[in-house]
Amino acid sequence: MLLTDRPEGKAAAGSGQTSEVTKLQELVYELKIEQVMAKKVITVSPDDSMRHLKKVLRLNKVSGAPVLRDDELVGIISIEDLIKALEAGEIDATVGQKMTADVHTVFADETIIQAVNKFARFGFGRLPVVNRQGKLVGMLTQGDVVRGLLRQLQVDYHEEEIHRYRASHIFEDIVSDQTGLILRYKVEPRDFVRCGEAASKLKRALERLGATPASVRRIAVASYEAETNLVIHSLKGGELIAEIHPKRIRITAIDSGPGIPDVEKAMQAGYSTAPDWIRELGFGAGMGLNNIQACTDEMHLYSKVGVGTRLEVIINL
Amino acid sequence: MTIGDIANKLSLSVQTASDRLQTEVTGGYASDMLSRVMAKAREGNVWVTLQFHMNIVAVAALLQLAAIIVTEGMLPDAATLDKANREGVLILTTPHTTFTIVGQLTELGIQGIE
Repeated sequence: MLLTDRPEGKAAAGSGQTSEVTKLQELVYELKIEQVMAKKVITVSPDDSMRHLKKVLRLNKVSGAPVLRDDELVGIISIEDLIKALEAGEIDATVGQKMTADVHTVFADETIIQAVNKFARFGFGRLPVVNRQGKLVGMLTQGDVVRGLLRQLQVDYHEEEIHRYRASHIFEDIVSDQTGLILRYKVEPRDFVRCGEAASKLKRALERLGATPASVRRIAVASYEAETNLVIHSLKGGELIAEIHPKRIRITAIDSGPGIPDVEKAMQAGYSTAPDWIRELGFGAGMGLNNIQACTDEMHLYSKVGVGTRLEVIINL
Repeated sequence: MTIGDIANKLSLSVQTASDRLQTEVTGGYASDMLSRVMAKAREGNVWVTLQFHMNIVAVAALLQLAAIIVTEGMLPDAATLDKANREGVLILTTPHTTFTIVGQLTELGIQGIE
């Protein structure tokens, strides 16, 4: 298989089978342990008895606890250690005798992938979380990780919903006899690197506003071609202006020259005045204006050599 | 068929947006003229081209294509790959020609848009 990861190799799904969990994969690299850990930590002292531990676990409904001596993490003890002590009839032994002294910890400011790896590698049920000074600041269980991920997924989803809701209600929330939204984009001449950015931004705005996919596509094609024409032909660049109304959108592309000598000819499919170097980039097929006409309800092209060009299209939503 | 299946079967190298490999492919289109692509390619299509400059990303993003397959061993520059990752545009590369790739896609049952 020749599939390679993205250049940064981060959170990349290696194949189609695992890619459903990509959003989660991203989150395990983004979420910090301190965002999902339990901050209220039940601790015991190494001098406490296992009998005391039994009470602590039962009352707090936890299955393990870090062991602290003078605020310093010296071990970890779990319900499993308690069961072993009970079996051996050593309920009065001290926590210090039964605990695991070699404690694996994670740092609060690490991402949760670090914890996920440790859970997977060592089979731990919980990990003490320490700050960079080594002081215990929380506890992390696998359940905390799952809950944290689910919460974050919900937050992300909710935020997108809110954006969408706010935008899509603009025409209902703002009352006037005729409400319109005007978006202006400046387009630089010969900037093929940024060509398409205005159309992309307009497309995103329309999606937020709740336009149907079919009309978004028509507007995307028309605005991209109009923007490309400004990049290829205009002397000093131009402007792409979108006037959005509840039932229609008007897109105007204006420049200040050179102007089209023969508008009728320019409208012919395949006719282009683009120079060779631009055609080699894949532009200048002579299809731009035809594409625009094909996906709009109205199109008007005004041009005067030495003055400029004004293209106006209307798309009914 | 997902674009990930196609990438596997045709041994294409994934250059960007590997989180988009599960997209179902709705058909295919091949051209190096961007306006033709804008006119013909449909959402979910795979686009086969020799073009590899930054504007292919804008075209694919605007049309919500499943992927761009860049042929003949051409590799877009870092800025283009970066933009594709940001826009969620999947770019696949192959040493083969457009002709060969389109033939293989047809064999897999990927239809052209007429």
